[in-house]
Amino acid sequence: MLRRIDKDQPETFAFTKSNLSWAKKQISKYPKDRQQSAVIPLLYRAQEQEGWISKPAIEFIAKMLKMAPIRVYEVASFYFMFHLSPVGKKAHIQVCGTTPCMLRGSEKLIEICKQKISKNQKEPCSKGNLSWEEVECIGACSNSPVVQIGSDYYEDLSEESFSNLLDNLIEGHPEPGSQKKRFSSEPEGFLNSTKVKIEENKNASVRLFLETSIRKKTKKLMSER
Amino acid sequence: MLKEKDKIFSNLYGFKDRSINSVISRGQWDDTAKFIKNGSSWIIEEIKNSGLRGRGGAGFPTGLKWSFMPKPNPTKPSYLVINADESEPGTCKDREILRHEPHTLIEGCLIAGFAMGAHVAYIYVRGEYVREREALQIAIDEAYSKGFLGTNAAKSGWKFDIFVHHGAGAYICGEETALLESLEGKKGMPRMKPPFPAMAGLYGCPTTVNNVESIAVVPTILRRGASWFSKFGRSNNTGTKLFCLSGHIEKPCVVEEEMSIPLKELIEKYGGGVIGGWDNLKAVIPGGSSVPLIPAKICNDAIMDFDWLRENQSGLGTGAVIVMNSSTDIVKAIWRLSKFYNHESCGQCTPCREGTGWMMRVMKRLISGDAKLEDIDNLLQITKQVEGHTICALGDAAAWPIQGLFRHFRSEVEDRIKNKVSPKIAAE
Repeated sequence: MLRRIDKDQPETFAFTKSNLSWAKKQISKYPKDRQQSAVIPLLYRAQEQEGWISKPAIEFIAKMLKMAPIRVYEVASFYFMFHLSPVGKKAHIQVCGTTPCMLRGSEKLIEICKQKISKNQKEPCSKGNLSWEEVECIGACSNSPVVQIGSDYYEDLSEESFSNLLDNLIEGHPEPGSQKKRFSSEPEGFLNSTKVKIEENKNASVRLFLETSIRKKTKKLMSER
Repeated sequence: MLKEKDKIFSNLYGFKDRSINSVISRGQWDDTAKFIKNGSSWIIEEIKNSGLRGRGGAGFPTGLKWSFMPKPNPTKPSYLVINADESEPGTCKDREILRHEPHTLIEGCLIAGFAMGAHVAYIYVRGEYVREREALQIAIDEAYSKGFLGTNAAKSGWKFDIFVHHGAGAYICGEETALLESLEGKKGMPRMKPPFPAMAGLYGCPTTVNNVESIAVVPTILRRGASWFSKFGRSNNTGTKLFCLSGHIEKPCVVEEEMSIPLKELIEKYGGGVIGGWDNLKAVIPGGSSVPLIPAKICNDAIMDFDWLRENQSGLGTGAVIVMNSSTDIVKAIWRLSKFYNHESCGQCTPCREGTGWMMRVMKRLISGDAKLEDIDNLLQITKQVEGHTICALGDAAAWPIQGLFRHFRSEVEDRIKNKVSPKIAAE
């Protein structure tokens, strides 16, 4: 599938200090002279930093990994998680549309995206804060229909819960995981019918989301002081 | 029904304490050094005797695969690569292992790595699984802090390191040689075979690529014995297996069960039954999107293992059961898979790059019945021209669902063309 970089490009790109040291650590995972292996993780970190992959970012990473820029461009345009043009600033909603999700109503979620965000995919809404895209199977089929927003999965959605989710996204960052109060991928109602002792309050994905958002809030408070 | 004590993944859903001390108290990381002291041929023999077949879809015997690795050579290190690029539509089992049972995988990596003479393992996690990757990394860090990984891993005398790597949303990277290309920092395009990865894999060195589940079951097999594992399931289809249930069932879920469990039992006992009852069943895709569907009448007797499903012109694949009841527009459901394969074709081989597009477009016309009767034979001919004419199996995987559809539902599609029936919504 042919994908090209955006017409409007920024002048420059540089990793933040912490991302740069993170990137160097990534490169050290691979044998000597095999630093090219780190290209996907580095591109993804650049995207997390800027929201999308720009031409200067491709050139920056090429230099860092001693690769020809075209080789990095080739990777950036091959893998679908890389956005080659800007997406919604607040959130980019990736709705899974493949058969298991379609059987459980993802087409209705896509309709909601068209009404509430934008008629076209990957086109930020008029305020620029939200955009959406239909993606292929994201691997949470027993919790379908599923959407991915950033690092997190919102699972077991209905038209109503998805619509609420979009409204709440503008204000804050709603809790991911099952929107039907399942713990993870157990059969619904399993917890009521079993003697299993629950020792954790959230599944691993939701807990990591909560820990990350606490860290972010503390960091923000510290910097405000 | 598989007893609780016989489940390998006792914390599959993550209810129990996931910290390493708790994991150890549940029996993980017990006797790891002893297995390694028993030697690599003992480990490989045990895995061969257990009958374990790869859980990533192809079902190749795991122990045999390991035995293909050449003797360690100081100039060419051996690598173990774990395929955690779980992307086959319907499949969501490895996700649960990565986030809730990561130590089964980490311990399995050490044992398997030793058995094939590798000091390094890379775990290639699909890009979308960000939290799962974080959970896995936390578990790896814990394992290092306990001395289970590193210079003298688990006091075995074997040096072993594990690195987590990730992709960025390309289904094709689940194909083992495409995965290696991707891990080397290139586009994920499959390599010609031979040479096979055991001869020239990652960085041109001997490499074995295994699925997450195949490796995660290894420590328990060694602890409880090959004969314990092989008593589950029919012969040649042994062990326990994670099944992912999705689609038109009351309670979609991931569950560990015995191999060769009847499909009906799996759906009714765990999935709460088909929406609208068993008689409302139309068809089931029993092993993820790449395998042909089986219609309701075959589902009555279907047994979930490699051999039974192959004999019935389908496959166990990854154990991902996609259920479709009578409300399903079956042509549309299969068209959506054609769209998936068209989207995910890497573009390297012409039959696949062009053929997946043709298949998708003809399927689209068939949804509305806006087609000629000859189109069906033309479409089947395209599938035959793609199948077997590509470097990797993606071309085959795109062809089979369509062939399965016409094998069982041809008259329904023909009626649609004759009457131009307007399409239903595929959703419930």
